[in-house]
Order: sequence, then structure tokens, then C-alpha cells
Amino acid sequence: MMTLKVNGRDHQIDADPDTPLLYVLRDDLELNAAKFGCGLGQCGACAVIVDGKAVLSCVTPLLLFQDKEVTTLEGLGSIETPAPIQRAFMEEQAAQCGYCIAGMMMQAQALLQRNPKPTDEEIRAAMEPNLCRCGTHMRILRAVHRAAHLMQTADASTVQRSGR
Amino acid sequence: MNGPVVLDRRRVLAGSGALIVSFTLSDAFGQDQNAPSATPAPKPPGSLATTPFLDSWIRVDADGGVTAFTGKAELGQGFKTAFQQIAAEELDISFQSLKVVTADTARTANEGFTAGSNSVHLSGTAIQNAAAQVRALLVAEAARRLDLPAENLRTENGAVIAPDGRRFGYGDLVASDMLHVQAQPTSKLKDPATFKVMGQPVARVDIPAKVTGGAAYVQDMRLPGMVHARVVRPPSYGAQLTECDVSAVEKLPGVVKVVRDGNFLAVVAKKEFQTIKAMAALSAAAKWKEMPRLPNQHDLGRVLTSLPSQDKTILQQSDPSVTGQKTLDASYTRPYQAHGSIGPSCAVAQSIDGVMTVWTHTQGVYPDRQAIAEMLGMPPANVRCIHVEGSGCYGHNGADDAAADAALIARELPGVPIRVQWMREQEHAWEPFGPAMVTRLKASLDGNGAIADWNFEVWSNTHSMRPGGAGAMLAAQHMSKAFAAPAPKPLPLPEGGGDRNAIPIYKFPNAHVVHHFIPAMPVRISALRSLGAYHNVFSTESFMDELAKVAGADPVEFRLRHLDDPRGREVIQKAAQGFGWQKGQKAPRNRGYGFGFARYKNLAAYCAVASEVEVNGETGQPRLVRAVAAVDSGQVVNPDGLINQIEGAILQSMSWTLYEAVTFDDTRITSIDWQTYPILRFNSVPDIIDVHILNRPGQPFLGSGETGQGPAAASIANAIANATGKRLRDLPLTRKKIKDAIDA
Repeated sequence: MMTLKVNGRDHQIDADPDTPLLYVLRDDLELNAAKFGCGLGQCGACAVIVDGKAVLSCVTPLLLFQDKEVTTLEGLGSIETPAPIQRAFMEEQAAQCGYCIAGMMMQAQALLQRNPKPTDEEIRAAMEPNLCRCGTHMRILRAVHRAAHLMQTADASTVQRSGR
Repeated sequence: MNGPVVLDRRRVLAGSGALIVSFTLSDAFGQDQNAPSATPAPKPPGSLATTPFLDSWIRVDADGGVTAFTGKAELGQGFKTAFQQIAAEELDISFQSLKVVTADTARTANEGFTAGSNSVHLSGTAIQNAAAQVRALLVAEAARRLDLPAENLRTENGAVIAPDGRRFGYGDLVASDMLHVQAQPTSKLKDPATFKVMGQPVARVDIPAKVTGGAAYVQDMRLPGMVHARVVRPPSYGAQLTECDVSAVEKLPGVVKVVRDGNFLAVVAKKEFQTIKAMAALSAAAKWKEMPRLPNQHDLGRVLTSLPSQDKTILQQSDPSVTGQKTLDASYTRPYQAHGSIGPSCAVAQSIDGVMTVWTHTQGVYPDRQAIAEMLGMPPANVRCIHVEGSGCYGHNGADDAAADAALIARELPGVPIRVQWMREQEHAWEPFGPAMVTRLKASLDGNGAIADWNFEVWSNTHSMRPGGAGAMLAAQHMSKAFAAPAPKPLPLPEGGGDRNAIPIYKFPNAHVVHHFIPAMPVRISALRSLGAYHNVFSTESFMDELAKVAGADPVEFRLRHLDDPRGREVIQKAAQGFGWQKGQKAPRNRGYGFGFARYKNLAAYCAVASEVEVNGETGQPRLVRAVAAVDSGQVVNPDGLINQIEGAILQSMSWTLYEAVTFDDTRITSIDWQTYPILRFNSVPDIIDVHILNRPGQPFLGSGETGQGPAAASIANAIANATGKRLRDLPLTRKKIKDAIDA
């Protein structure tokens, strides 16, 4: 039994210490956002934020998260009160099937937390670990730019639709 | 059913007296197409032709709630939103007040597969016409109650309103079976000029849950008491399980059951990671006898053309007065390519009191039900398949196989919900790939630089091994009472399979097109987005550029010279204009411009793509810098959804075209993850993709989900040729092939 802090709350977890975090999030905590994509750390669908950095939860065992703070997409906001990154992806309609999108958003969120004004090159470089098969990349890039604007704007509602 | 049972029902309608609507019960079943009909009438449009009852598509509840039903499955294309727009528009209700229910064998029409860019064209058309006719019935009922002519009434926001302000909500008007009537052949559709919801860029209804961690996919289902299962697949096609001591696996933590049925092997455990550990142990315990039977992947062109084929001439036209002077020939090849869904296939199944329910991201709930019922020896009525979204599939991936896996395992544990998800390497190795293909083209130019004769030959497997029969599914092939894979069939024209878009849209005086259908399938294959059109359009449009070069003509002008179709011409001109295409324009050093065009299936949406590609002169590394597309998909429902589809088509096709090939040795598939099967990553995403829509208000919907695949591929290939002066014809057009061509 170990204590795992996820989205600001402590949870008592009864799982083997070698269990990758992804299965704890999905199976024990019943969180949907982090997805199983490859189990190999190759696609980014499982990305979450740990102590400010994007981490691939499918290949990182539970025992490494003692005393760490895990944030999943659910911890950023909700449908009713979406976080800037969530608003940005909705406003840019940056999804097709959407299976990769939660991982994309966590990768982008981690970037924007450490670098609030990234260039397009910096965004592309940061998103490199994440795969999308539908070809939604142009919209994802626009959404990350938009999220950066939203995070910096006091009255976020005044931001105009970017791109195209 | 031996004969139709004819019922009459009366509807007394003010102004027009009594309307008698008669129908036959046999028409309630889409399968009973051969039932004799007393009055052969023109069929209603779209899928209403096979499922004619209005309440199969639109239901109005007494509380005014309205639901639209579709037998098609949302796969991430966004049509659930488009259907909601269509129904809201024709019913005159607000977009938000309407629900859409998708493919479910217990609730929706049998619309076969969600494939071939047919969803809006068939199901959307059905919903549009059903909604219009339901609205007319509601107006007629209000007219009867008010004793006013129907023409004097209007509808707004879910109510029928009289000139004096009296209003009836739709829920007040609808009686128990009022909408259980057959659709009329024609409907009074709204004037597109009055559209409020259709044609607007409406935000997709599924995106909010997907960006906030809502339960959006079959992978997110958690039924009470649900346990997890993993399959241990054979290491290669045809491998036989010779030995498997399961005793140690059964003792592992959480393990509920090991299922072995012939060559089908699976393990069930309480928690997901326990299941994965048990799967690894079971895999280590299993001994297989394998057979080296795969062809040489480096010689696919020769392998395919030397297999026995059934040859059919699908176009033959001649004009002896026109003869060519300069003749060109070329051969193009495409490897096996993977769907490569980001989320491996998944299904949940539960067997309760002899009824098997399967939640699946299949493209065809009814064919899956048929196949699962046959595999389990159950009546189809006792199997229910419910579509739940999965990761994007782009055709026939592992979805149906995972559904069969879940059902076969669930049979062993009655009452217990079983969730199966494939591992990454299983999806990569066992999904049915897009078939390898070969084309040979030969054409002559006359003295004016016009094409005098055109010869096109294509060698291909079928492009669909989808279920219907159990033998299409891996679990059924592997179980001890094994079902053989069904004999492959070529898909009929005009849509076609291997010959999809093999017949040119251009007008040539002499033309000869042959489809060499290859029944033998050394590698497991099935439908991949656009089927044969991807390679046939790549071939046709590459060759058009090769001919234009010999003719000394501009590629865009050369295409227009051979094309009569006015909508096609307009699409080409729009893409060229948006790109800034100029005759004879030279690209900057190490860059090239390319163009590609097609009308998908020669009957769906038109698409043209112009692109700019940069090629690193040292390494050969290509990068699509920008692409400009134009698309005509008839009446547009959701312009932003259409743009999203075309942007995605260009990027996915770019990935296929530059990077992707399934690899194998003589026994096993060796491209089993994202390192051995690389696809597009963010470092190769273009700077800009622009999509221009040519809207055609009031024109029929033309399917557009697959129309971009071929034109994008050809456009990129032509830009590489323009940049390097070297023509590459063997897909994928990798960095190494480009480098070798530059150095040659």
C-alpha cells in the first residue's frame, strides 16, 4: 500500500510497485484521460505531468512516484470550467478521433508551464514524442499557440480565433 | 417471411381529406429485398431505400424530446455532429435539443459498414429526408387540430405555430405510431438559402468530453464486476500451438482464468496490469510451430504480378482517327501499409442468460453480430453489438477481431463483463493491412501534346475481408472448431476495390484499363482508407505529370486540357489559384511544386492538392512545406468538419507516402511498433495547410472522408520530382530512395 498524490488528492494504492502509473490511474483511480497507446513510451498517449514535467505513464513504475505530485488532464479543468489548454483545444476543434489528444494536451501544458511564450519551433520540438494518426497536427499546433495566449490574457474571452 | 402482410392505416389530414399510408411488414427488414411488392414505386433516397420507416430515423417523444438514429458509427470523422445539424435543420428544432444515437443492433437501422465515404451521402440523406417528412406529418396533424390549411402554419423551435399565435409543441402532436410510416420517394426539403444550422461550422459534440477526461471510448468502459483479458496471439500467420503448460500462469496474482481453444489463447485477471503480466507468462509458456510462408518484401512488384490473377477489362474505348507519336510507360508500386491506430483495438463483452452483448468500435455492428453469432453457434437475435467509439481506425483494423476475442472469452465466464485490449505489437502485427499494389501505365502523346491513348493495368488483392462470416475474424480462425477465412471477392464497380479510381476521369480518345484481381493473399489484408484509390490516383496523377513534362506543358494546364467535368475543373483551378500556381514557375533551390487531383470513386467528392516540398540535397530528406487543397463535396453540412477531414487526409497520406511500409521476414511481420513502423511526427508537419471549400447548396452530399488520400500522395510525389528532377515510383518515397536517386 502506498500513497499517491493525484490532482491534489492523496490516494492509498494497493498495487505492485512495478505497476506502471498508467494502470493505477485508469484501473484504480478510474481516470479516463491518460490512454494506453503503446506501453513502450513511443507515442505519448499516456502523458501526465509529474512535478511540472511531462512523463510517459505507461513505462514509469508506481514506485517512482512516492512523494511526487501527479497531474492528469482531469486535474486541469472540467467541461463546466475548462482550463485554458482545454478551452484552446475546444475552440480550435483540435481533435478528430481524439484518442491522442489528452497526451498532447499534457505535453503542451508542461511546455507552457516552463515556457509561457514558446515559438512555433519550440512547440514542435516539445510535441515530438506524441503521435497523432488522424493528422490533426495543424490544429494541435494552433491550439497550443492559443492556449499560450489564453494563459497570458486576463480577460481570456477577448482572444480572437487564431490561425487560418 | 413468405409474403407481405399488408396493413392500411388512415391519417385524416385537414385540407387533403384522408391520407392512406400502406406498407408491408417485410419492408421493416433491410435484408428482405426480394419480397414481392404490389406497386413498385420509386425508392426514397439514401438509406431510406433499405430502411423506409420514418421512426427508424427520427423519434419524437411526448415530452418533445427528439432523437435521430443512424446505423453508421462515429469514427472521429465528426458526422454525429453533422447528422445533428441535418436533423435540427429539417425539423426546425434547436441543435442542442436533439440527440443522435449511433450504430446499435438493438436500436438503429442496418446500414452495413461505415466505410467508403458513404455516411453523409447515405445516412445523412436518409436523416434529412426523414426529418423533412416527419416535420410535414407534424404540421399536417396540427392543421387537422386547428382546422386550418397546412400551408398557413409554420414551424419554429420544435413547435407548429398558427398565424394567430396558437402553437403545438411536437411532443403534443405526436401520437403513438404516427411516425411509423414509410417514407415517400420525395421530400419537401428546405431551401438552402434559409438554412440556420446546416452549412455552419458547428463545434463537434464529442470534443468537450475528449479534452476533459470524460468517458469517450470503449477503452474507457467500466462495467460493474468487469475483469480484463489479454490474448496471446500466434507469433506468425498459420502458427500452431504445440505445447502450453498453463498451471503456473493460473497461480499468478489476480488470474481468473486461462482460455485455450485450439490456437486461441487468452488470460483473464482482475486488474489490467495483472493481466498483462499473466499474458507475458502465458506467452513464454506457449510453444508454436511456425511456417515460413511470407513472400520477399523487397520484390513485391514481381511477387504480385506473378501470382495467378483474374483479369478484367474495365474500360475499353477507341478512336482510330487519333494516334500517338511519343509513347511513355512506367510502373508504380505500393507496399502493404498499416492502419496504425494510436489506441490498440478494444472490446467489452458480457454473456447474460444466453444473450451476448458486445461493445465494440467496429465499423459494422450488424456484420459483426452475424460473424460473432456464427462463431459462437448462437442465433444472431441473441447477439447484440453496440458501437462505442475507439481510436480512429481508417478502415478495417483490429476492431472486429477484438470484438470476437471478447465474445469468445466472455462465453467462458457467463455474467462477467470482459474487457479485452490488444497490445501495441499485436495491433501492428495482426491488423489486416492495406494491400500492396502494382500498376503499369503506358500512354502516347499526339503531335499537339495531347494524350492519344491511355493504358492502365492494376494488380491487387481485394480490399475488403470484413466480417459477415465468422471466418473473417482471428478468434474464429484460431479456435479448435476453426472457421476458414472466406474466399476473397473483388469489390464491384463503380466504387471498386483494387480498381477504385483506376478508370481515369480525364477524357482520352483511346483508353484501356485492366484490373488483375489476385485471390491469393500472402499477407493478411483488408480495407484501408480509400482502398485502391490511393495507389491508382498516385499512379495516374504521377504519370500525368510525366506526360506533361514530355509534352512541355504545365501540369495544371495539362490536366485541364484533358478534363471536361466542370466541377472538377473548378476544383483544380481553385487549388491552383489558392496555391499561387503559375505556369512555368520555378521553385527555389531544393524545393519543388506538385499537383494532384481526383474525384473519389469518380462519383464522390472532388479534391485537388497543390504542394511545395523541400528536399535536403545532402541527405535526401523530404519535407512537405505547405499544401493547398480545394474540395467540392456537394452541399456542405459542417465546413469546419470538412476542413478537418481534408487536413487530416493530407497529413495521413503524406505519412503513408514518405515513410510507411509493413516489413516482414519469411515467417513473421517485423514492423511491430512505432520504431519499426515509423509515421509522421511533429518535426515533419508542414508550415501551412489551406483548404478551400466549393460549397454547392442544394446539391447532394458527396462523401469526402477519403477523397484527399490519392491527390495528396501524387501532389507530394510530383513536387519531389520537380525538386530533384528524379521520378520515384516505388512507395514509400523515403529519404534513402530520394538520396539514391539524386546520387544516381
